[in-house]
Amino acid sequence: MLKRITSIAAMAVFTVGMLTSAHAAEVTEINGAGATFPYPIYAKWAAAYQKATGVKLNYQSIGSGGGIKQIKAKTVDFGASDAPMKPEELDKYGMIQWPQIMGGVVPVVNLPGIASGEIRLDGATLADIFLGKIKKWNDKRIAALNPMVKLPHKKITVVHRSDGSGTTFIFTNYLAKISPAWAKDVGNAKAVSWPTGVGGKGNEGVASYVKRIKGSIGYVEYAYALQNKMTYTLLQNKSGKYVAPTSAHFQAAAAGAEWGAAKHYYLILTDQPGATAWPITGASFIIVYKQAEQPAQTAAVLKFFDWAFHHGQKMADELDYVPMPEKVVKMVEATWSKEIHATDGAPVWTDAMIQK
Amino acid sequence: MNAESPIVTADTPGNSQKRSLGDRLFGGLTWFSAVAVLLVLGAIILMLFMGARPAFEKYGFWGFITSAQWNPVTEMFGALSPIVGTLVSSLIAILIGVPVSFGIALFITELAPPWLKRPVGTAIELLAAIPSIIYGMWGLFVFAPFFADYIQPILTDTLGELPLIGPLFQGPPLGISVFTAGIILAVMIIPFIASVMRDVFETVPAELRESAFGVGSTTWEVVWNVVLPLTRVGVVGGIMLGLGRALGETMAVTFVIGNAHKLHWALFEPGNSIASTIANEFTEADGEVYTAALIGLGLILFIITFIVLALAKLMLLHMSRQAGRQT
Repeated sequence: MLKRITSIAAMAVFTVGMLTSAHAAEVTEINGAGATFPYPIYAKWAAAYQKATGVKLNYQSIGSGGGIKQIKAKTVDFGASDAPMKPEELDKYGMIQWPQIMGGVVPVVNLPGIASGEIRLDGATLADIFLGKIKKWNDKRIAALNPMVKLPHKKITVVHRSDGSGTTFIFTNYLAKISPAWAKDVGNAKAVSWPTGVGGKGNEGVASYVKRIKGSIGYVEYAYALQNKMTYTLLQNKSGKYVAPTSAHFQAAAAGAEWGAAKHYYLILTDQPGATAWPITGASFIIVYKQAEQPAQTAAVLKFFDWAFHHGQKMADELDYVPMPEKVVKMVEATWSKEIHATDGAPVWTDAMIQK
Repeated sequence: MNAESPIVTADTPGNSQKRSLGDRLFGGLTWFSAVAVLLVLGAIILMLFMGARPAFEKYGFWGFITSAQWNPVTEMFGALSPIVGTLVSSLIAILIGVPVSFGIALFITELAPPWLKRPVGTAIELLAAIPSIIYGMWGLFVFAPFFADYIQPILTDTLGELPLIGPLFQGPPLGISVFTAGIILAVMIIPFIASVMRDVFETVPAELRESAFGVGSTTWEVVWNVVLPLTRVGVVGGIMLGLGRALGETMAVTFVIGNAHKLHWALFEPGNSIASTIANEFTEADGEVYTAALIGLGLILFIITFIVLALAKLMLLHMSRQAGRQT
């Protein structure tokens, strides 16, 4: 009996081995794992790309932390993360990253009688609300920014993410840049020790809490604010202008950013210069190894993301994501041809591979 | 043993060889299953312990479970707030769930007209089959607003005014709190406890029940003095089953508990539980100590469950000894 089980197991192992070796010859499938925020657009790109080229993308949206763990363990061809990896860490593991898609984080409120864009906030006020220092909506600091609005005498309930997330990373990054008190007491990470408020799981959790609790304020991805028809606030940007969260304003933040000066594209697009720049914008990143152990596989990954850069903008717009500006795409392609090599030293990416 | 074995072979002269092979195989299989369970259990504890070691080394076991701080930025992790949240929400669930389940089981076995027994029993069993995420969504979208608008103000105005226990019933009227989590858990464990109780109540021999009625006992006296003492083990087992589910419940609790790493006296403040903290934070926990702290929480949940089971066994032992002394 035992013998039979072993022989069956051996056969299974053998068959699996056959299958994987058959794959290595011609790349028909690429595997990635990581960030949940860009999952809808990656899935949409993947479906269109498979139709166009026959190459299939398996993407597991297990979270940025999981994606980084998987690429370190080399179980996937690429990792994806909403927060960029630190340059030192990338160098340590011999990896590179680039920004693939952008989105914005939007403060949303539940104040009956007040419509989207009616409330104006600046960074310092937003930080003090989330620190629990400003407790009522008719606090004089909020009133000073909104002389035209009749603010209710209502307690502010802060709603934050309960799970670790890239959204929280971008949001707390902005607050830490603006408010020294936030930087000192709370800090900037994918999950932080919130001074006040309730935690909802995922963007949808925060959205449903904000919709339910009157007098609440939370933060969600732009797409969620839009799709759930939530009341967003205007925010003051670095140039002192009050801007609304729109796709054009997210792109303005990316266009003003100095990607060239940032090592490994380690740049978080919060509080960027530009008259129309939305202050809480962030990019989602793709991570691969510089030294490609399977060059054909890595080339297939690069081809897919390059195709998405050039052909995926419209799909991104449809799902309320913000595509990378042309300027940044050129820089990323240059980085690929310079940095990524096969084990014999041959470059994996050449500009001839761009699928116009 | 020696005396018996020849009789067995004498009974089955021709088949003995074949049968003993089947017996041995089956015996081996049962052995294998039993040992496998133990091995898996041991392996789980070992892996949890190894995974949690970096956190225990950094803070010490007692330091880890007595600190209420949970700060991923500074990597200061303490398990006190999730431990308290887990225990308190489960306690509320048991306090509400056990009497209700007892009533349901009592009604079905003793009081209900025969035509009603089956529909009510089936309905209870159906409740047990509802996935926990449905309870969570119902809790968040239906129960929490209702609770915040109607029940919580009444509780705050009445129980909240009392000395000593008053502070427990204060808090913002959000409907998202440790207390709400406890109520949702109660609804979730009632079907388990009630159906176990009903099943064990039904095992009481009709003669015992009828003779008690025969000597003039009321229904309550029959239940309290005849049915319950006989079915004690099963009843406690059912409660433990429910408590086990309440301690480990993840999705439903995550939806309504508020997920705030804070310790409050007030039950109406948002809190968190061990299972919901792990579910919330595991995917994005990068950094060795962060992951280790979450695995450490898992180990602590394991230990809590173990202690609860051990206490139940001790209680049963104590109860049967007392019963022995009385007779």
